[in-house]
Amino acid sequence: MAGPEAEQTVGDPATPDRAESDAGTVEPEVLHGAPVAWSTGQRVLHPTREQLVDVVRALRDDGWVTALDVTAVDYLTYGAPRGLPGGVEPERFEVVVTLISHVERRRLRLRVQVPEHDPVVPSLFELHPGTEAMEREVFDMFGIAFDGHPDLTRILMPEDWQGHPLRKDFAPGRIPVQFKAAPAAR
Amino acid sequence: MTATEHRELVERTSEGAQEMFPRHQEGGVEVLRELGAVLRLSEADAAELSTSDAEHADNQDPGDQDPAEDDTTIINMGPQHPSTHGVLRLMLELSGEQVLRTKPIMGYLHTGMEKTGETLTFLQGPTNTTRMDYASPLFSELVFSLATEALLGVEVPPRAQWIRMLATEVNRVSSHLLFMATNGMDLGAVSMMLYGWREREETLRFLERLTGLRMNHNYIRPGGVACDLHDGWEDDLAHLLAVIPPRLEEYDTLLTAQPIWRERLQGVGVITTEEALALGATGPILRSTGYAWDLRRAMPYLHYDDVDFDVVVGSYGDCFDRYAIRMAEIRESIRILHQIIDKMPKGDYRVQDKKVTPPPRARIDESMEALIHHFKIFTEGFKVPEGEVYVAVESPRGELGCYLVSDGSSKPYRLHIRGPSFVNLQTLPHMMRGGLIADAVAVISSVDPIMGEVDR
Repeated sequence: MAGPEAEQTVGDPATPDRAESDAGTVEPEVLHGAPVAWSTGQRVLHPTREQLVDVVRALRDDGWVTALDVTAVDYLTYGAPRGLPGGVEPERFEVVVTLISHVERRRLRLRVQVPEHDPVVPSLFELHPGTEAMEREVFDMFGIAFDGHPDLTRILMPEDWQGHPLRKDFAPGRIPVQFKAAPAAR
Repeated sequence: MTATEHRELVERTSEGAQEMFPRHQEGGVEVLRELGAVLRLSEADAAELSTSDAEHADNQDPGDQDPAEDDTTIINMGPQHPSTHGVLRLMLELSGEQVLRTKPIMGYLHTGMEKTGETLTFLQGPTNTTRMDYASPLFSELVFSLATEALLGVEVPPRAQWIRMLATEVNRVSSHLLFMATNGMDLGAVSMMLYGWREREETLRFLERLTGLRMNHNYIRPGGVACDLHDGWEDDLAHLLAVIPPRLEEYDTLLTAQPIWRERLQGVGVITTEEALALGATGPILRSTGYAWDLRRAMPYLHYDDVDFDVVVGSYGDCFDRYAIRMAEIRESIRILHQIIDKMPKGDYRVQDKKVTPPPRARIDESMEALIHHFKIFTEGFKVPEGEVYVAVESPRGELGCYLVSDGSSKPYRLHIRGPSFVNLQTLPHMMRGGLIADAVAVISSVDPIMGEVDR
């Protein structure tokens, strides 16, 4: 298919993650200290939370000039293999950062494991100010806090909303809709 | 729930206010961010300032003699303001007529569409995503379908790809015509609003004949498109392509060459390439700074490498450039559409994979297997192999991305749409800083945000 990424992939795009996990002995590719995996023909980096800012800074110096997207996934009820390279411990949450290099004309994805008991990730605001709103959205929807973010408040939901809607244990239709009762106490 | 209980609930769960506050209440970094200083300072300066308090930071900011707090006013614009494109709310700090700080506040149109996407099958998915960017719905259908097909590993037949190009380019014309209309209206050229809507109606009439609906088409689906091109589509499209260009000439007479219009837009809302890249801005905002980045050219999808078109860039990064770029992009889309008429291949309009595509109606009568496939696809949906993928297309507003995670079932495990309007709105504080409040309307309009996509 002439998909956006189809012709830009280097290496063997048909190498699924399954093959890597089966082999076991294959030394994983590493970029700036973070293991590299291939997912649906796209290159994915798996830095730890501690590595994240340094890796993104090194990548920015390499020409990955724009952070296109910051989002997250709650893997609470995920039953299939996660496609993580060896040595990466799966956690409940995953923060997904997408970078783009206009010179290489490629995108690069970073998947960061975030544990449930301590959902905090360092903010990329200092490196890419454009992540400001997207990190607020992740905080709003998943309750993952970004350390160093200048204004970590809800962005889409009302500020007195209870819970984080895109978490898998926040079931739609099971709780009464909450809105501020008028007149507001503020 | 009693009043007391409610107050307790609010106190227990409040994540802080989303509004803008006077400088003495805000932290240093937050004030700097809203001033737009984050991008103008060197990293070392910013690091030093981020530790100091707000007043200290103001003194350090060279060239920005900010007035004392008594001289400034914080006002609220929207969400019911006619020129905020729906329900965008801005809090503006003003010194007289000058805008100092700006904070966009959104979420008034949030309907949880990413959550809804997790409860719909992959075949139903486009009905959901099409309602995000309601001015260019075919693009969000396209990006969702491309992501699903990437996970499926399905190759769509050439004719389906060319039909997708046809539909999205007509949609790009209609979206930019809508921008022409609203941009004119925001700036007081009410006749432009009428002309823009009139011409957009022509494009919607074509899309209605093609897809059956004026908006929210649900036409581009995983595996291809919903139906083949209708009989006489060449004539319909040729008629459309004959009608629009002379009207664009009229717009040029009415607006582009008009001194009042130029005075109103030139030099207003300037942004540099570095700022646009740092803020993640894409589409006409990035191109207005002179940076030629168009996904159709840079990272081609569908068959954009088989058609001839120009990537239009501006020179100054101001509101006029963004207006002129969109005007020129309508002409480029028309150029592409002429080539599509000539190059449209014969063949299937959807992939012939029985697991993904419902069988034709006639087959159901004669084949038990076809009936079963039909039943399975419409009740259970088709299963998509586990994995995750990010796919993006160039929507009229910039990079429209879709991050899709599948766990091997017939519904997406996670659907995330990277809306270009959502990210582009972050450029507002930087473009409005130091301008007049009357120009704020021009700047908002030139970003062309669609709030359905911002809030999702």
